[in-house]
Amino acid sequence: MTAPLLELEKVTIKFGGLTAVCDLDMCIGERELIGLIGPNGAGKTTAFNMITGVYQPTSGTIRFRQKLTAGVKPHLLSLRGISRTFQNIRLFSQMTVLDNVRTAMQGNRAQRVRDALLRGKVFREVEARVAGEAMELLKIFSLDQFHDSMAKSLPYGDQRRLEIVRALATQPKLLLLDEPAAGMNPTEKHQLMELIRFVQDKFQIAVLLVEHDMKVVMGICQRIHVLDYGRKIAEGTPAEIRANPKVIAAYLGTETTDA
Amino acid sequence: MRGKEKLFLLLAIVAAIGVSLCSHLFNRYYMGVAVDCGINVILAVSLNLINGHTGQFSLGHAGFMAVGGYMAAKLTLVFGPSLHSAVQPFFFAGALLVGGITAALVGLAVGVPSLRLKGDYLAIVTLGFGEIIRVIFQTSDTFGAATGLTGIPKFTNFAWSWGLAAVTVYVVASLVNSTYGRGFIAVHDDEIAASAMGINPVRYKVTAFVVGAFFAGIAGGLYAHQKAVISPGGFDFLKSIEIVVMVILGGMGRTAGVVVAAVLLTILPELLRGVAEYRMIIYSLLIIVLMLTRPQGLFNFGKKRAA
Repeated sequence: MTAPLLELEKVTIKFGGLTAVCDLDMCIGERELIGLIGPNGAGKTTAFNMITGVYQPTSGTIRFRQKLTAGVKPHLLSLRGISRTFQNIRLFSQMTVLDNVRTAMQGNRAQRVRDALLRGKVFREVEARVAGEAMELLKIFSLDQFHDSMAKSLPYGDQRRLEIVRALATQPKLLLLDEPAAGMNPTEKHQLMELIRFVQDKFQIAVLLVEHDMKVVMGICQRIHVLDYGRKIAEGTPAEIRANPKVIAAYLGTETTDA
Repeated sequence: MRGKEKLFLLLAIVAAIGVSLCSHLFNRYYMGVAVDCGINVILAVSLNLINGHTGQFSLGHAGFMAVGGYMAAKLTLVFGPSLHSAVQPFFFAGALLVGGITAALVGLAVGVPSLRLKGDYLAIVTLGFGEIIRVIFQTSDTFGAATGLTGIPKFTNFAWSWGLAAVTVYVVASLVNSTYGRGFIAVHDDEIAASAMGINPVRYKVTAFVVGAFFAGIAGGLYAHQKAVISPGGFDFLKSIEIVVMVILGGMGRTAGVVVAAVLLTILPELLRGVAEYRMIIYSLLIIVLMLTRPQGLFNFGKKRAA
């Protein structure tokens, strides 16, 4: 087996006396679709923030493409190929839909202050190419007809999709989705599942999905990690997770279920 | 829009020189006010890059202006008299540039540590910095202490002030209207999301600060060579506030609006000279009414942010 894309080893983070995540081990291979679930406050988003460099683990190591990520700033991790969406949508609200996507493309461009000021031939070529690529991405997600609207004026579901498009614009190897189904109705959730499968297949990337909605996670993930109070209590295929008594206890309390 | 920006710059500079050449046809007082307008446009547009586009609330713009003004004035005072009149415009340009670069370096030195702070905290630090600069000049004998510098040659004319205002508008608008420059607005909108998208927020904030300080320094140099006299009192906290008000009135992040606001707020106090005692009251009332009725800025109509 080839080396994993992302590797977490005994990752622990403490905020004062609170251990938010404790001894987390996790592996994500290329083009895998992994789920990370757990009750509220289990440490899922904290784990996300450590992977993307927002928080530094108190102990343990994270490797992305075999390189340690300790001390690397979020924007540099993004350039290495980790992209994400946010639990509470964080679009650039004062920009148009197209500009949101274009902005995310700028990290991989050679454009600098000088180019922007001189506005020469190279500059215009880069601008045209970036705009073209951004429109193409939007077209794939059929958001291109809104390219000139303000991001905040889109309907909620479209904002969620735009956030995914923006994340893809950074050309990631690993896409982290933080509760993408939050606030969606069953139809939208169904479309979202299709969309995630499509994205993973089309862009050939690995996806780590944090989600509350069991149906979504069970429906699309190849493997699932379950967190509870910062510790991993189970790992396995959706079928294994569904049958795992520890998971059932964490989610539903200790009563036995006969479903 | 392609390629039109440079044409705009060229036309604006030619127009500024043209008006300047026939300035003897106009009333000297009006020309003076027009020059002041240009200087304030430079100040407001450059501050708008920091406060409006990048969203970092700075209250220290008068401080950068002072650095540029004192540097340029000192240079022309020391070396100016010995120069032949033919080289004086070039020397003036050089002095302005030195003033701008010094202000930019001070901006870098202040920006790197203080831009870790956000919102009110950054405002307080930059406010404190502006006062420190003023006090340094006030106590330095080299720079004339409390009396300031006097007898500065009056090099600034309409062409210098509006020509450089056009350059400022061009630089700020070009910066922001580019794939690179969208990073400024991204940092303003959501710093965490921006960094997750590969944008280095610190770099953008410092760039905005340094570019803003540079043009404030240039404006300071123009101001010094317009008034012929500068003293620390002219670069106090109120001057910074005045520039901030221009940015807010014009609409944060709207270059065109800020230009109009800078001109309006330069002319308004002149118009109100007749009722001098009530001038500040009218001015303050205007701002209160504006903030209550149009908090997004007077000239903020469009939906799009791009400058």
